[in-house]
Amino acid sequence: MTRRAPAWPTVLAAAAGAATVTLFLRLEAQWEIALLALMVVAAALAATRLGLLGRFEASSAAHPRFALGATLAAALAVTALLHDSHFELLMLATVALYVTACLGLTLQLGYAGVVNFAGAAFFGIGAYTAAVLMTHSALPHLLVLALGGMLAGLIGSVLLLPMLRTRGHYAALITIAFGILFRTFLEVNDTLGGPQGLKVPGLEVGGFSFNAPVFLGAQREASFYLGYTLLALLLAAGTFVLVKRLERSWVGLSLDAVRSDETAAAAYGIDVARWKIMAFTAGNVLAGLAGALYATMAGFVAPASFTFGDSLLMLSIVLLGGSGNPLGVIPAAVLVVVLPEKLQVIQEYRLLLFALLVILILRFRPDGLLPRRMREYFPGWRQT
Amino acid sequence: MDLGLAGQFLLNGLVLGVIYAMVAVGFTLFFGVLDVIKFSHGDVVMAGGFTALAAFAVLRMLGLESGMMAALILAVAAMAAMAVLGTLVAKFLVLPLKGSPPLNTLLITLMFGLALREAVRLFYPGGSNPKPFPRLLPENAWTFGNFTLRLDSALLLLIGIGAILGVQVLVRRTRLGLAIRAVAQDAETATVMGIDLKRIVLLTFALGSALAALAGVANGLYYSEINFSMGLLLGVIGFSSAVVGGLGSVYGAIIGGALFAALQTIGAIWFSVPAYKDVFAFACIIALMAWKPTGLIAERPAERV
Repeated sequence: MTRRAPAWPTVLAAAAGAATVTLFLRLEAQWEIALLALMVVAAALAATRLGLLGRFEASSAAHPRFALGATLAAALAVTALLHDSHFELLMLATVALYVTACLGLTLQLGYAGVVNFAGAAFFGIGAYTAAVLMTHSALPHLLVLALGGMLAGLIGSVLLLPMLRTRGHYAALITIAFGILFRTFLEVNDTLGGPQGLKVPGLEVGGFSFNAPVFLGAQREASFYLGYTLLALLLAAGTFVLVKRLERSWVGLSLDAVRSDETAAAAYGIDVARWKIMAFTAGNVLAGLAGALYATMAGFVAPASFTFGDSLLMLSIVLLGGSGNPLGVIPAAVLVVVLPEKLQVIQEYRLLLFALLVILILRFRPDGLLPRRMREYFPGWRQT
Repeated sequence: MDLGLAGQFLLNGLVLGVIYAMVAVGFTLFFGVLDVIKFSHGDVVMAGGFTALAAFAVLRMLGLESGMMAALILAVAAMAAMAVLGTLVAKFLVLPLKGSPPLNTLLITLMFGLALREAVRLFYPGGSNPKPFPRLLPENAWTFGNFTLRLDSALLLLIGIGAILGVQVLVRRTRLGLAIRAVAQDAETATVMGIDLKRIVLLTFALGSALAALAGVANGLYYSEINFSMGLLLGVIGFSSAVVGGLGSVYGAIIGGALFAALQTIGAIWFSVPAYKDVFAFACIIALMAWKPTGLIAERPAERV
């Protein structure tokens, strides 16, 4: 038995993360952003070399609840700091929603090994469900969000039969074909707005309109994205807890068994098909939920936001973070969502640079930024 | 629908099918030797088209801008350039990732495709707009009722079939083909028998990419227009064709390509809005995969290429 890892690296990492994200969102001058990006890279390299990264991981594994609290507190602090700036809050909420959707993909790819190349399509199903139901029905809006997730799961179940019968590259084709089919369908379907898409009314929960201005005190007016950001953070945090709990439970163990060796898993009495169905559907529901909230926040939905390229973006977030490590999704999502938006100088070249970045990471750090570790049932316990 | 119109649809579908099959054969070759999917293949098709366009600009400066000879030069230039590109991709992106999960290879080549697409959009003069592709093939046409036989379509069909048959002969009848088939069957044993695995892989990638370039030129000649984003859809269609036909089989790729073109044509006739043709085709592909999970010509481990 060794001593439990101390808690301070977690606090340090959360504080450093919050400071970096705030600075990233606040800075305007391009050279400052570029400088910050370089400093972050340097700091990350130094942290890896000095073993700080390992300490942080050990620390957050030893105090899972505390780590979650620290991360949430950091996110709330960033939100409070940026409460009156529209664009920054929108970015923050988008990151939170991408984290939610990518945690869904983590469940599918990282745990059960089910490849999904149509993440953006399921995100889009949620978004279009929200758009249609909020415009044409009087259903309570929270229910509509839930229905967005459910419908994504339901439509995903059409793919279950071919998904279960195929494997490897054959299975990859099914979601790729579905992603392209979905986007093309939206573009040519006039009732769903065609290429222009649909407008989405603002979210209203229990008489509180999310789009109305929020006043804090006498004259301090908060951005109307504040409500959405908080809700998105809540969704992301809830999803994170769910995915972490699942990983720790016998469900996660069964999923891991299915991914590593289907035959062996089946031989030990694990129902492979059942767990694949569960992971695929749960992941799609999460993506749909995130998509529905995204639609109400953005105010409109259009096919151009749910392309095959966007699905790839989500998949890159999962792989960049370290496949199967929910914690890795967070920095990866910040990197992939925020960096291209902020670096306006490279706006034209951002996709090119992004592609090259992913190529470099896959080539030289194939396990991602924070590779997944063995799960520890007894925190701090080591067999030495 | 009368016979002439049906024949017209059949001919157009066949030309498309041959172009798809040329892309699909590449997927099948790469999968055969290395068990990988190289997803930048569609963008290599696109880059081949743009290389041909650049070569045409050079030819125009030299005053050789018309006729079959120019078309031949364009095709050769595009094929040579893409063969080199394919070799480089294999050497620096695919081979180093041999030990890692197949998904990583898929993703790295997808990202390379994105980079290629963006590079053409940003750096090719006026690359972000659709570019007219020169009509170099003779434009003679014979009309029989509703059926118009255009000589250029017929030529494209013949060239495509010829190229695929050429690859098939190369794989079946030559020493190089024997080595490719040996690697496809069992890379380790092939290496023990004295086959230079790396060389064979690089040559296979060069071969497949050259075929992709030919498909790109054929596509340009057929539509008289190319654009930077056409690679994604062509790549997915080629991949679908290869998978539906059965990965690793050249005949499967031909059947798959023809099938996809047929599905698109049927979709275009069937729906009042022709744009639904891709939705219809991809839905059919998903249904087909549920029915035949390893493609129409099932993959046999003992014989892949």
